[in-house]
Amino acid sequence: MHYLEFEKPLAEIEGKANELRALAVANEEMDVKQEATALDKKATDLLKDLYKDLTPWRKCQVARHPDRPHCKDYIETLFTEYTPLAGDRNFADDHAVMGGLARFEDQPVVVLGQEKGFDTKSRIERNFGMARPEGYRKAIRLMEMADKFNLPVVTLVDTPGAYPGKGAEERGQSEAIARATEKCLQIGVPLISVIIGEGGSGGAVAFATANRLAMLEHSVYSVISPEGCASILWKDAEKMREAAEALRLTAQDLKKLNVIDRIITEPLGGAQRDREATIASVGRAIAAMLAELDGKDRKTLVQDRRKKFLSMGSKGLSA
Amino acid sequence: MNWISNYVRPKINSLFSRREVPENLWTKCDECGTMLFHRELSDNLNVCTTCDHHMPITPRERFDALFDGGIFTEIEVPKPIADPLHFRDQKKYPDRMKAAQKKTGEPEAMLVAEGEMGGTPIVAAGQDFSFMGGSMGMYVGNAIIAAAERAVELGRPLILFSAAGGARMQEGILSLMQMPRTTVAVEMLKEAGLPYIVVLTNPTSGGVTASYAMLGDVHIAEPNALICFAGPRVIEQTIREKLPEGFQRSEYLLDHGMLDRVTMRTEMRDELITIVRMLMNLTPAVRGNLPAPEPEAEEAEAAPAETGEADAPKA
Repeated sequence: MHYLEFEKPLAEIEGKANELRALAVANEEMDVKQEATALDKKATDLLKDLYKDLTPWRKCQVARHPDRPHCKDYIETLFTEYTPLAGDRNFADDHAVMGGLARFEDQPVVVLGQEKGFDTKSRIERNFGMARPEGYRKAIRLMEMADKFNLPVVTLVDTPGAYPGKGAEERGQSEAIARATEKCLQIGVPLISVIIGEGGSGGAVAFATANRLAMLEHSVYSVISPEGCASILWKDAEKMREAAEALRLTAQDLKKLNVIDRIITEPLGGAQRDREATIASVGRAIAAMLAELDGKDRKTLVQDRRKKFLSMGSKGLSA
Repeated sequence: MNWISNYVRPKINSLFSRREVPENLWTKCDECGTMLFHRELSDNLNVCTTCDHHMPITPRERFDALFDGGIFTEIEVPKPIADPLHFRDQKKYPDRMKAAQKKTGEPEAMLVAEGEMGGTPIVAAGQDFSFMGGSMGMYVGNAIIAAAERAVELGRPLILFSAAGGARMQEGILSLMQMPRTTVAVEMLKEAGLPYIVVLTNPTSGGVTASYAMLGDVHIAEPNALICFAGPRVIEQTIREKLPEGFQRSEYLLDHGMLDRVTMRTEMRDELITIVRMLMNLTPAVRGNLPAPEPEAEEAEAAPAETGEADAPKA
């Protein structure tokens, strides 16, 4: 179990409880049940307390938690017959972007998402979930295919943002993102999206310009990372707590702003504490959102999506 | 050394010099260091007459030179709600806004107008880098949507001059949402079959480049403009590698296939007229300085293009 910085007190209590149990296994005469249960209760209480009112910065940390289920986990659990389709037909296949044909509750769909990787090797291979232009162009290609064959598109968003690299810039990262956003707005099939971790700036918009957008309770969606914002506006990257606060990047604030349509509740202590339950909740949300769009014709889907974005920003937050 | 040379003479000098040469009459070119007289510089659209360095220009100055006789009608932009997030960094967002408005004399970072350019009816939108770095917030989004809607209503092309550091962080997610919103505006033009020309100026970066600035039918950049998604400093920090000479500048992007043309600001108007008239299937432009359109120009404009009436120079 990987503990976040603010979870350190919890780590101590849970560590003690585990130690006690280990001791009891080694020494049969010891009865630790009562004590261990007391520690467990203490840990649960603390966990409740910590997660009751997570600050925006803590939410960023939870959203980036390495043990959180990633795109790959959702695809493998919620979809069947997943058939990855690779390449942008121009330059390369981007491993930061997973995508292909699959069935969701027997319905064929195109599924797309950014994958961050789960260990050093896969993280490097996935470029930490930061797509290059090829990733967006692969997404465009697959969205076009979905449009052609009338398949709904499901996207799973989890990216720190676009990759700030020399090659990515040379190959037209901006244009690739702009075209992917444009494609999201053009397709005449249902496009639904879930932000499962980090929704980082333009890299997220290119996948999340959807008919329906849901966010996991402790995920974030922002124009810039708190660290980036802090270094620009505060001239001090260490002011990320203040920046996270000011940016209003939590699912709760974004729901109030009408930027997202629904919040998916996470298990106590965050998605990383009960991955199966989290994945199942996301599955139910995807099913519900697809059902909401069922039977809408192509024109209506495009028009509704446009209207949704044109009317965005008509509502601010109360002081 | 005496009282006269130490005290009286400097005093007299300072009094006179202050009156005779106000600082703003001369501008130093940041590239070659030449001192340029203000009239000469503005006549040359803020392009250095010695080294062709392109200095910043406000949309208003640009439109004065772009539209025939400097005559254009501003298009009203629906006002968004102010400070939707109650954003505060080291300063409050409303205070930053007020300071920018005072500094520029403009309400926000984009000016939208309609008028004629070489006898060609157009709608134009100009982003103002001097207003909070030209940053794209809800107002800029509304401005582009208003420009596109007006262009569709009048059946005119839209020419957009981009200049921005990116999204306006003080509007958080709502600034990010201007990427899809402005893309919807571009879609409107596309569906109406109207040309959308983007002129990229220094600098165009971040979410602006990754939305409406890269979705034009034709992309023209001013020379040596920085055009990018992630800026060179961010990239250097990430890859810890020196970037090549001219990286992310107009000419570099032209070489990498992201632009159609790189054109001097002083030649931009003629080029825009030529391109727009061909895309709109109009007769070739009549070169030279056209007088301001007369009141009846409104009617001529509505006449079918084949008659060529709208294109005849008015004596």
